[in-house]
Amino acid sequence: MPRTLFEKLWEAHVVHQVPEGPALLYVDLHLVHEVTSPQAFEGLRLAGRPVRRPDLTVATVDHNVPTDDQRSDIADPVSRRQVDLLLTNARAYGIELYDLASPHQGIVHVIGPELGLTQPGMTIVCGDSHTSTHGAFGSLAFGIGTSDVEHVLATQTVMFPRPRTMEVRFTGALGRGVGAKDLILALIGQIGTAGATGHVIEYTGQAIHALSMEGRMTVCNMSIEAGARAGMIAPDETTFAYLMDRPHAPRGKAWTASVDRWSVLTTDPDAHYDRVIEIDASTIAPMVSWGTNPGMVASIAGRVPDPADATSPEDREAMIRALEYMGLTPGAPIAGLPIDRVFIGSCTNGRIDDLREAAQVIRGRTVAPGVRAMVVPGSMPVKAQAEREGLDLIFREAGFEWRNAGCSMCLGMNPDILASGERCAATSNRNFEGRQGKGGRTHLMSPAMAAAAAVAGCLVDVRKLSPSRDDVAIGV
Amino acid sequence: MTPFTTHTGIVVPLPRANVDTDQIIPKQFLKRVERTGFGVALFHDWRYLPDGAPNPAFVLNQPRAAGASILLAGANFGCGSSREHAPWALGEYGFRVIIAESFADIFFNNCCQNGIVPVRLTPAEVSELFRRADASETPYQVTVDLASGEVTDGTGFRASFTIEAYRRESLLQGLDEIGRTQLLNEEITAFERRRDAIRSRIEV
Ligand code: SF4
Repeated sequence: MPRTLFEKLWEAHVVHQVPEGPALLYVDLHLVHEVTSPQAFEGLRLAGRPVRRPDLTVATVDHNVPTDDQRSDIADPVSRRQVDLLLTNARAYGIELYDLASPHQGIVHVIGPELGLTQPGMTIVCGDSHTSTHGAFGSLAFGIGTSDVEHVLATQTVMFPRPRTMEVRFTGALGRGVGAKDLILALIGQIGTAGATGHVIEYTGQAIHALSMEGRMTVCNMSIEAGARAGMIAPDETTFAYLMDRPHAPRGKAWTASVDRWSVLTTDPDAHYDRVIEIDASTIAPMVSWGTNPGMVASIAGRVPDPADATSPEDREAMIRALEYMGLTPGAPIAGLPIDRVFIGSCTNGRIDDLREAAQVIRGRTVAPGVRAMVVPGSMPVKAQAEREGLDLIFREAGFEWRNAGCSMCLGMNPDILASGERCAATSNRNFEGRQGKGGRTHLMSPAMAAAAAVAGCLVDVRKLSPSRDDVAIGV
Repeated sequence: MTPFTTHTGIVVPLPRANVDTDQIIPKQFLKRVERTGFGVALFHDWRYLPDGAPNPAFVLNQPRAAGASILLAGANFGCGSSREHAPWALGEYGFRVIIAESFADIFFNNCCQNGIVPVRLTPAEVSELFRRADASETPYQVTVDLASGEVTDGTGFRASFTIEAYRRESLLQGLDEIGRTQLLNEEITAFERRRDAIRSRIEV
């Protein structure tokens, strides 16, 4: 029987199948962060249970951490308590922790791949919905709640109902100025935030194949915003090239053996998916969200939708609420909406390739007056790499703040938040009400588009920015 | 976990689709390291005005919601973040059941882990419940029977729902999931040995 990539991974990890029920899956890598783990460790302690495999468990601090230069001294006592508690728990249970003093600290979904911990064929879980990111390496990776975090700590397994499969095939090539973020926003716009509920998505097609690992991670990262349990992409030469020589990647003979093993992790020809969606990537324009969930998106050339055109009364209600919250008028062009803040970062778009993409737009330009813009690298290694490439100078000279690694304004658990009514061009993944700060208005977009918005002071098509000083100098 | 067999309670209608867990419990409350203390912050930004006073326009603050234990919601309830703080907040507030046309996967699982029963009904059944809750002069009550998989209101409404047998058993008996899994310890150990052997062969 030909099998999909998902089926291969699933079958390789079933420890026990409950008849007509969920399967008990073995977990190869358990990532832990400070927000969703304290109650799990407490539960273990109360029950007197040990951590079964501390060697397969890795922790970092990311959600709460300040990103300014005095960050090791967390001013907010409640945040500090949470961060300190992870330290205590990691020590008590012998778990490797990348804390604020570590040069490898960063957002959990950035450092896993970066350290080479994330590898093809693995099952990976974390108490965090964006764990789907790691599927970009051909692993089965999904987010779990805190009770399951405790369950994995205690048993190294998780009970999981078998999901259905969905192929999303992006045919054709991406146009200039269009990237991974636009692909995934276009998909969610098409199928909605519950469009893939109960499914694992495998992304295939020419446009996916052509993406860098960073781009693939962006796509898989936001699978959860379409309701999917996980997103995955079959590993290939791009995957292997990314992983080679990473600190936790296999070396020497083990590397060759591993690549052999990983190379068969593809969907067999004629394997069957429960659903297939095909999208022509060449028709996709830069996308921007206008509403209060990631399914409420439009092309930058589009207009704010009119609730009068809604297909159901519930949709109309939701649109009216969203437009009111976002302070938008039906029918107004999306391009030209003035913004107050720009946030480049998060586990969706805080990697080196994302910063390069944004810097390329920023080079030779300046942040528009009245706009406050910040770059928050996804990890300290991303920050260091960007500094080696001189990207920090490009951002700083243009008027961006250059921060340390963390989740930052993606969810505003640290001091980086929007004020009520502020409009923000953000490269993160959620535009929910209040996500970036109570009353804050988030527009999701790619790093290039967020950079363009910073320069123009409004939402703008990055392909239509007027030439920069550098462009003029070199005669583009 | 408290066992759940059957429950009769007041229904509070929240007719919105795609209610995300950021709305159920906003991030500023996720810094607690306990499983408790979240009930007061449930639906915080909708429930309270900027000055901290209850927002009279929000359904939980209306007299008909007093003592409610069953939440009736729109489709795709609990989407977004995996935070289990959402069911903790709902449970602490007093909700034992959530009825909706559909739920986000992680949230659904998190509810079951906390003795809150997520009940999936058809769109028609959900709209009928909304209609009945709105039309009722007195607080509207329904009974949810997990063993038989039925929702009834005593005045003609009857709908059935299913929940996977494994989950249902845990809920009915209030089982400790980790304890339940540990009964499979031999299988886990055997799997683990095979797995570790393959890895060590590759790594030599
Ligand atoms: S960057 Fe945002 S979405 Fe990603 S893990 Fe952090 S808070 Fe979650």
